Amino acid sequence: MTDATLAYGRGDPYQLHGGRPHEGPASKRIVTGYGFWIFLLSDIVLFSCFFAAYAVLLGQTAGGPRGSEIFDLRSVAAETALLLISSFVCGLAMIAADVRNQRWFQIGMAVTGLLGLGFLALEYREFAGLVGRDAGPTRSAFLSAFFTLVGCHGAHVSVGVLWLLTMMAQVFAKGFRADIMRRLLCFALFWHVLDIIWVAIFSVVYLIGSAA
Amino acid sequence: MSESDLHGPAGLAPGDEEEVRIGPRVLGYVVGLGLAVLLTVTSFFIAGTDLVWQPSIPVALVVLAIAQMGVHLVFFVHITTDPDNTNNVMALAFGLLIVFLVVGGSLWIMSNLNQNMLPMDQIMQMQR
Repeated sequence: MTDATLAYGRGDPYQLHGGRPHEGPASKRIVTGYGFWIFLLSDIVLFSCFFAAYAVLLGQTAGGPRGSEIFDLRSVAAETALLLISSFVCGLAMIAADVRNQRWFQIGMAVTGLLGLGFLALEYREFAGLVGRDAGPTRSAFLSAFFTLVGCHGAHVSVGVLWLLTMMAQVFAKGFRADIMRRLLCFALFWHVLDIIWVAIFSVVYLIGSAA
Repeated sequence: MSESDLHGPAGLAPGDEEEVRIGPRVLGYVVGLGLAVLLTVTSFFIAGTDLVWQPSIPVALVVLAIAQMGVHLVFFVHITTDPDNTNNVMALAFGLLIVFLVVGGSLWIMSNLNQNMLPMDQIMQMQR
């Protein structure tokens, strides 16, 4: 065994680097993505608390409407489709950004944002309808948990749309600089994770909730 | 997939390479979208059907949801087994542990309380 392999073996006794030589610190892009990923995981933990509250309070309707009476599954299916396609188009826009194609990037981001706004419009209509027929968040513990969980996700989507518009403006004004690309990476992660949380919401809140 | 595709330049994220191949990346998103649509449609179908044993439906919905989250993580968020991704996977595993503890623990404790506590109207009577 040569000195070099000995030194290598000491530095990485479990061969975690897959036989690659030491590379020094990771690039800023990877570090930034990792930091933002940890934030997103903390956000997922936050949502898990709301999910736990919803699951515990599902039956506590206090004589008010049950899930099966207030959920419109066709509207939920439309919201799901809008958010899923917007997540897909967001990925395509990121590819356009990687090949430095300004026009297709802006088109992709605009479509992503419009789909997000469509989602928010459907959700606003649902919430307004519920409040209008005396099924607002103050009606029962079940409805409080419902509005907190779904409303928190809606607030995240709203912030995401604002962020999306900011990124479109930044790329338009400053081009695909390295720091802008890192912000785009974080935005794309945020948008995809919102869709993951929506998967949990439509499965647990709407589909299981309307059966209970 | 060529050799340089498997072992990209050291310290670079996939998008940083000089030459970016669009085709395979678009294909990845299309495959992800197809799988996600398939799982979503199955979920909505299962939720409203009389064809299966009814008590199995919530379990099936949870399994389908977890499968779809996995699809999203792999095809959209690009969580891979790449060495650069090891930290992300470890953080994800820890996050999932916390999520499992919070949700599972809450449900477990609250169902125990529901079983072991007197119904609310009887408590009210005792307080009179």
